[in-house]
Amino acid sequence: MSKESMLAAIRIALKDVPETETPKDTVVPRAYLTRLETSLEERLELFTERIEDYKVVVHRIKENEISANIEACLQARAAKTIVIPTDFPDTWLAQGFSFVQDENLSHQQLDESDGVITGCEVAVAQTGSIALAAGKYQGRRAISLLPDYHLCLVFASQVVDLVPEAFEKLEPSVKNRKPITFISGPSATSDIELNRVEGVHGPRTLEVLLIV
Amino acid sequence: MSVKLPMFEKTAPENVQNSQLRRNLGKVTGAIRVKRARVVDEMPDWEALRDAGYALKTKVLRNLDTYLLELETSVTRVGGKVHWAQSAQEANQIVTDLVKSHGATEVIKVKSMTTEETRLNDALAASGIKAIETDLAELIIKLANEESSHILVPAIHKNRSEIRELFIRTLGEPDLTDEPANLAGAARRYLRKKFLTVPVGISGANFAVAETGTIAVVESEGNGRMCTTLPKVLITMMGIEKIIPTWQDFEVFMQTLPRSSTAERMNPYNSFWTGVHEGDGPQEFHLVLVDNGRTEVLKDEIGRQTLNCIRCSACLNVCPVYERTGGHAYHSVYPGPIGAILTPQLIGIENASSLPYASSLCGACYEVCPVKINIPEVLVHLRGRAIKYKKDHGTLKDKLSPEHLGMQAVAKVFANQSRYESAQKLARMGQGVLAKEGYISSLPGYLSGWTAMRDLKTLPQESFRDWWRKREGQK
Repeated sequence: MSKESMLAAIRIALKDVPETETPKDTVVPRAYLTRLETSLEERLELFTERIEDYKVVVHRIKENEISANIEACLQARAAKTIVIPTDFPDTWLAQGFSFVQDENLSHQQLDESDGVITGCEVAVAQTGSIALAAGKYQGRRAISLLPDYHLCLVFASQVVDLVPEAFEKLEPSVKNRKPITFISGPSATSDIELNRVEGVHGPRTLEVLLIV
Repeated sequence: MSVKLPMFEKTAPENVQNSQLRRNLGKVTGAIRVKRARVVDEMPDWEALRDAGYALKTKVLRNLDTYLLELETSVTRVGGKVHWAQSAQEANQIVTDLVKSHGATEVIKVKSMTTEETRLNDALAASGIKAIETDLAELIIKLANEESSHILVPAIHKNRSEIRELFIRTLGEPDLTDEPANLAGAARRYLRKKFLTVPVGISGANFAVAETGTIAVVESEGNGRMCTTLPKVLITMMGIEKIIPTWQDFEVFMQTLPRSSTAERMNPYNSFWTGVHEGDGPQEFHLVLVDNGRTEVLKDEIGRQTLNCIRCSACLNVCPVYERTGGHAYHSVYPGPIGAILTPQLIGIENASSLPYASSLCGACYEVCPVKINIPEVLVHLRGRAIKYKKDHGTLKDKLSPEHLGMQAVAKVFANQSRYESAQKLARMGQGVLAKEGYISSLPGYLSGWTAMRDLKTLPQESFRDWWRKREGQK
């Protein structure tokens, strides 16, 4: 069996490691930053600046302006058919568009839609990233992938300063076996002369409503 | 088994003489060095992150058997199936059988160094299965029928106008401009149909978490998300060293990897999946754990750190040798400084004995390595192993080679004080005919190799030992 012979080969290779040694014996120094002293305003400002670096348009709005802003964003793109997760609140939707709840839509249907609106689980100011974890208002992975336009709602309370905080916040999702996707700007490639070009296979446009 | 690679010193010159290649490479490696420095400099805790990354990898490697078993338990618990493969052939066979069992004739692939290493695409093709590479650069080199020349950007040697011509010829897109966005659009149209219909996806893994069974794929284009989300079946092939202990440990590597590889604060997409997610993504997940020479690397106490590598390619971008020769000169799946230490250990020093010499030992690679692999140290160590191999297994011709005999003579001279001092005297007298203004520009005979590329400073008229003795005498 390959498993047994591989494990045996590893144990032979590690003969210099004392048999009594366990993972606990290797101390991992964690002197890196895990928290910052920032105000909410500073955090949101950094998040906005960093995500705009990826050519993402951010609209800073109040909660009672969600519906109006969704309408404005979709109108600006002339988007008609918009996919939403099944738990997306009706009160946020605007008139004049065809919103399709993702009740097991086929990949073909997702591909043919004009865009998708989701929430997120956590957002990181330091890197301008948002993370989806199949949680509230987020839906399954395919809906934020196949449509060419992704409008993402980020609540101010979801924004953390640093990457380590984001992984800490996502731990319960992982332990509940949720898939996690970090999104930092629209799909891009650096494969041609190492220049970042926005728009390859994922959504070519990402827009954010930052709700304060 | 492993095929002997061509000698680097033979293949490097033809690449160095290709001026288009040197222009392309010089431009991109120069640009990414600047970008990387900028995003690293804004991190006040960068060195602490490197230290943590090094310690985490060390911890995994010193307990690799324990962690592999933990990973297997975790992946099985969340609905995946784990396969063990000692060799490349075995790994390829496992994947081929899985694809066949679903009756698939096509698979979509995320760029993966491990499947390049095992030559999975060839194995699949031999069974009538077409592997469709979905990473843009990987697509470019497959369409051009070329080999990769960079870990992260396999088509780094091609500029935009070369890519435009290739796409016009192979993708039937006559109206393309050489705007990168336009070229990327052509790839999007070509691959979208495949993403929607092909039933099996194949990926590598950037990381696998022993604690939770989570696999991570880090990418930019969204092809990774497509391949790991849309197909019914997902097969991931990973080297056994790709483990990290816990979910929280991503806080280290998800900071160091993007900044070191594409020089971004974060790359566009990171996918983390934990087995099979009901109603979301592939409903069948297989993880193939590949050794293929890694336990040989593990065995060497100095070489072991090579397995810390997270395939960021920062060492390629800073290497003065890589920048001039490009990746093809290495004739190795892994080029650049990391390739110069990883490949000889994976396939045997006897098959890649010249790669540890493909370096000036300047140390830039060690300085940028996010997991602190001391590449110069391993290079020197492997040079020693290459010489020892030649000594132990070489022919009589090797044993009588001027280098070997010369080194033996030098060893004798250095071992004895009076022999050393007389040799110095002899050299000082002998250099007279060769020296010009304090330098020797051309040594005779076998030694001419040394001065072919550089001048040698002459020996001073008085040695340190002479000076010291004189000084003692004056007291």
